[in-house]
Amino acid sequence: MIAGGTSVPEFTLKRADGSDFTRADLEGKTTVFVFYPFAFSPVCTDQLNLYEEVLEDFEAKGATLYGVSCDATYSQTAFKEKLGVTIEQLSDFEPKGATCRAFDAYHEGGFPQRALALIGPDGVVRWSYQAASPGDLPGANLIFDALDA
Amino acid sequence: MSELGSAPVPEPSDADHRRGAGPVTIVYADFECPFCAALELRLRELALEVVFRHFPVRSSHPRAWPAACAAEAAADQGRFWEMHDLLFSDQARLEDPHLWDRARRLGLDLERFDTDRRGDAVRARVTADFRSGVRAGVVTTPALFAWGDRGAEPVDLAELERRLGSPRTS
Repeated sequence: MIAGGTSVPEFTLKRADGSDFTRADLEGKTTVFVFYPFAFSPVCTDQLNLYEEVLEDFEAKGATLYGVSCDATYSQTAFKEKLGVTIEQLSDFEPKGATCRAFDAYHEGGFPQRALALIGPDGVVRWSYQAASPGDLPGANLIFDALDA
Repeated sequence: MSELGSAPVPEPSDADHRRGAGPVTIVYADFECPFCAALELRLRELALEVVFRHFPVRSSHPRAWPAACAAEAAADQGRFWEMHDLLFSDQARLEDPHLWDRARRLGLDLERFDTDRRGDAVRARVTADFRSGVRAGVVTTPALFAWGDRGAEPVDLAELERRLGSPRTS
């Protein structure tokens, strides 16, 4: 996983409307990338549901969360709508996993690691975390700890 | 707005909902979670003091919050555990009329119940439980902690049963 203190590499993800989300979109904002393995999988479901529940607290800290996976935008949108969450989803579908690889957050099994990256307004990673296993769900408290550091 | 950074599981206090006698076990749960209902049935069979804390997640279980608030409104009339048991006993019926029906069956003052469950005090109580769980790293329900000299220790049911010398029989 990309280390804290590292400048974010150039990358391109796709928003639900098909437009690009790039490094330039991080400038001037505090951003949290939530890399998750698969839309509709049980742990990813629990993770987005939990973070959604405290989304106002993230916003109060000035942080914007994005879900990042290798699922197609259509799958991500269906997942988001099924859960009823508002966390924006960004797709790393084609070329598959290119952004995850750039963040060193790509699992050899062909999906994103379960990982978090807190990126400052200057485009530098302030903190990152990779779960010991894709089945482990990092608590929201860890992100708040990083935001408060 | 209070912080949500890491913090230990709060020590059980008189403000908590507590039932039973034995080693203290804290459970973070929600009333729409089927795994929580199954766990509760098992916990009732064990020699434990159970401390119940709310951990409702709306997008997972849309009726978990109203159910938690109903339990707290019942608590205001001294009937938390009775409402707790009724909620877990039929998770397919958690809409408002079903909550009113449970309140009637418990002989609660229905008007007061309905006012309280929508009130700020009840919401604050449920929120406080939930946020204490977030700070302690709870990520899903049910989450069990054994309380001891060193504070709260995450455990699962099998470990609790092992400690009690009460292995699962079914």
